[in-house]
Amino acid sequence: MSADPNSGRRPVFVERRTYRYRRLVDAARLLPVLAVALMCLPLLWGGDRTTPTMTTYTMTYVFGLWLALVVTTAILSRRLRNTGPVNTVHRDEDGPSGEA
Amino acid sequence: MATLNILILVCLIYVALLFLVAFAADRAARRGKGTWLRSPIIYTLSLSIYCTAWTFYGAVGFAARSGLEFVTIYLGPTLVMIGWWWVLRKMVRVGRSQRITSIADLISSRFGKSNSLAVCVTLLAVIGTTPYIALQLQSVTFSFAAFAGAADLDYQVTAFWLALGLALFTILFGTRNLDANERHHGVVIAIALEAVVKLFALLAVGVFVVWGLAGGVSETLARIDESEIAKWDVSGSRWIGLTALSAAAFLCLPRMFQVMVVENEDEDHLRTAAWAFPAYLMLMSLFVVPIAAVGLDLLPEGTNPDLFVLSLPLAEGRDGLAILSFLGGFSSATSMVIVAAIALSTMVSNHIVMPIWLNMTGGSAMVSGDVRHVALVARRLSIAGIVLLGYLYFSVSGGGTALAKIGLVSFAGVAQFLPALLGGLFWRGATRAGAMAGLLIGSLVWLYSMFLPSFGVGIFLSHSIMTEGLFGQGWLRPEALFGSEGMDPLVHAVMWSMLLNTGSFVIVSLLSFPKPIERLQGAQFVNVYDHSPKASGWSGSLAQTEDLLIMAQRIMGAKEAQAFFSGAAARQGIGGYLPEPSPDFLQELERELSGSVGGAAAHAMVGQIVGGAAVSVEDLMAVADETAQIMEYSSKLEAKSAELTVTARQLREANEKMTQLSHQKDAFLSQVSHELRTPMTSIRAFSEILRDSDGLSRADADKYASVIHDEAIRLTRLLDDLLDLSVLENGQVSLNVQAGSLSELLDRAEAAAGGTSGDLDVHRNRGDEDIQLATDLDRLAQVFINLIANARKYCDANAPRLIIEARVAGDTLLVDFVDNGSGIPTDQQAVIFEKFSRIGETKAGGAGLGLAICREIMSRLGGSVSYLPGQGGAAFRVTLPLQQRVAAQ
Repeated sequence: MSADPNSGRRPVFVERRTYRYRRLVDAARLLPVLAVALMCLPLLWGGDRTTPTMTTYTMTYVFGLWLALVVTTAILSRRLRNTGPVNTVHRDEDGPSGEA
Repeated sequence: MATLNILILVCLIYVALLFLVAFAADRAARRGKGTWLRSPIIYTLSLSIYCTAWTFYGAVGFAARSGLEFVTIYLGPTLVMIGWWWVLRKMVRVGRSQRITSIADLISSRFGKSNSLAVCVTLLAVIGTTPYIALQLQSVTFSFAAFAGAADLDYQVTAFWLALGLALFTILFGTRNLDANERHHGVVIAIALEAVVKLFALLAVGVFVVWGLAGGVSETLARIDESEIAKWDVSGSRWIGLTALSAAAFLCLPRMFQVMVVENEDEDHLRTAAWAFPAYLMLMSLFVVPIAAVGLDLLPEGTNPDLFVLSLPLAEGRDGLAILSFLGGFSSATSMVIVAAIALSTMVSNHIVMPIWLNMTGGSAMVSGDVRHVALVARRLSIAGIVLLGYLYFSVSGGGTALAKIGLVSFAGVAQFLPALLGGLFWRGATRAGAMAGLLIGSLVWLYSMFLPSFGVGIFLSHSIMTEGLFGQGWLRPEALFGSEGMDPLVHAVMWSMLLNTGSFVIVSLLSFPKPIERLQGAQFVNVYDHSPKASGWSGSLAQTEDLLIMAQRIMGAKEAQAFFSGAAARQGIGGYLPEPSPDFLQELERELSGSVGGAAAHAMVGQIVGGAAVSVEDLMAVADETAQIMEYSSKLEAKSAELTVTARQLREANEKMTQLSHQKDAFLSQVSHELRTPMTSIRAFSEILRDSDGLSRADADKYASVIHDEAIRLTRLLDDLLDLSVLENGQVSLNVQAGSLSELLDRAEAAAGGTSGDLDVHRNRGDEDIQLATDLDRLAQVFINLIANARKYCDANAPRLIIEARVAGDTLLVDFVDNGSGIPTDQQAVIFEKFSRIGETKAGGAGLGLAICREIMSRLGGSVSYLPGQGGAAFRVTLPLQQRVAAQ
């Protein structure tokens, strides 16, 4: 850890590896947001009374989505391990770390 | 009955196997072997205690009642896991860096190690977990009944023996070692094994149902389409509400916190669990709807849908599969009860029993007894008590409720921790008072609108309260608070409790002011990635290391404490068992102890021994106060010294001026003597000539006489000026106020100063000069004459030119005299108005009194005359108030 965590000096340009890593973190953060949206999607289907959506249909969708999320997360977390910055203090991509 | 006996035998063998596995794992861990015990896969499998008997039996029942809605209970945790970067990572990091032992410890540590908050969290956790344990008892009891035939079994008795067995098992399992931070390797491995057993059992039943009973995937889908749950008909509020609730509960359940944070070996394991655990959940849910649909189709009306997993193999005569299925359910229930009881007993003993015991024994661990022993007994008793509470809930609620419904009561209860937990992790402004208010209000609303009604009408809440509200207040009906009728009771309770909880948490946090230690902890939690994991330290220069060792032996056990102390001593380069009580060592010791007795108690114990040498927050505040005073004092000094600097500069300036004036005076004296001597010399010489020469012509005599006369006039003028100035300076002058126009006055001055003689080109704008004045016109004319004459005398341009500009600014008349000469050097500008001041070598022999007289006159007239720099040549500005205010009178 550096001596002064609040020194506001962050480089504008970072090396390619760090840049990639940060974008991966962005993806890992955004994935649950996307997942929430997709999980709520079936709620919009039940509208028609005469030809209701079947449980099997929704089930296929939900489990398909589930599998896709598992695979995506697996890929993301594997890459996060492989490209993780070695000696950088990754404070700036540590999310909403408060007002400090 | 034969089956039942076999069943009991199978259970006992299974439990013995678990015990063996746990024992072997503990041994391997102690020997430092078996690194695979700490693999991410084991971590992921241990998370599966989320899937309890509720999942194993209840999910199918849930699906048989409301279709696909059951899946929300598993989608919520999936969301939390794939969003691990947001919350879980931070929670695990905080948990590891602060050596957190439970969720109560986390919340209390965050809000200033407040024990009252920890007590609240612990109580709510115990109440909230009670239905959950009842659920496990109910499901296992029912599964026994399904084998034995319902009539032959007394539910209450079976549940009681089951509870007793589970409590004993948990005590044996979970309290063999004390330090929660040493992690229960054995328990974790046993849970991981159980995770495999229950997944395998559920998949086996699923495969049997899909391929054995329905005849393939497409036939199964067709059967679902024909069943009662064929229609996708889920209310949006329940779908979203249940997903959110299960996500919240996943984070807040004490047993989930135990495996996720406390038992976590390596933060990196989260990376694997992030995808592997959702995959596990997906597999657990995969066959739920098929089993429900086929069960609804094949089994007779009135079969408890919660037991379809068991009844289907039984009805088809597959006893082996049925026993496997039973084992799956049994292992789900046992693993949940074990971990939940361990987690809760840690909380109860650390936050309720130990503080009370320490208080009773005089607040010190030094008095008597063995803290280790007390802690162990406290934990064992709490485990028994917690399981007993679960049994009581089961027997009071009658065991007739659907499993999922009981589980959701529990979920909503522990979800009340969420605002304080997330607020504590992400918002530095969150305060202890806010967390307390939110927790209390949220749990009250939950108790009233969900927990108490869950027992059924008439047991805790009477029929009249349910329909007419508390005290007959309609807006206080438990299931229609504030008149919100027609909502799903679950969504209603969750919405109101979470809304009021979060609301009061935020509002009270905004309004209250945190104590310093809260702010300190808040910064450490919220910015956990920035901070090196150090809490406020002890200064142990006076601490008695031996006393510390005695205390630590009581809490950690003699062997562990000695190993810890000698290790610390070795690290410091000292032999033996007594290291230097450096702040680092004391902090380490406090963390180590907090694993056994909780953060607050450990802090207090070390504080007791280290005593006055402890740096408390109060001490820090005192130091800060002193520092503030010193800073204030030094800032006063600074102001004083700045003042002194200003004064010194003023003095220096005054001194310079004095020196300059003194030089001027010297120069003037020689000038005056010269001025006086020159005319006197000529007067004497010419008067001698007149006296001694006889043959002077008339013309010569006249010439000499007029020289004498001229020189006498010059002398008189000089003396007049000196007198005039002296009169003006002494304020003895009386002003003769007259009215007149500026234009005429300037004409007069120009003529008197010889401006019309042609050697000076005077520019005036007569249009601007039509201003009526009422002042001493003669005196003012004297000033003007002086300025014009100066320009004539000193302007060194080839074609001397003077511009006279007059204008009125507000009530003030400004008259500028600007010539085109080289002006007055900056260093001379300050002194030109002083008496006797003369610039350079003058070609015209003035005495240097003119401008001094002007200044005196103008100040008598209430105005001023000043030098106007930057005009290209010498420039003077005469300022005069138009209204007749004459200063001298």
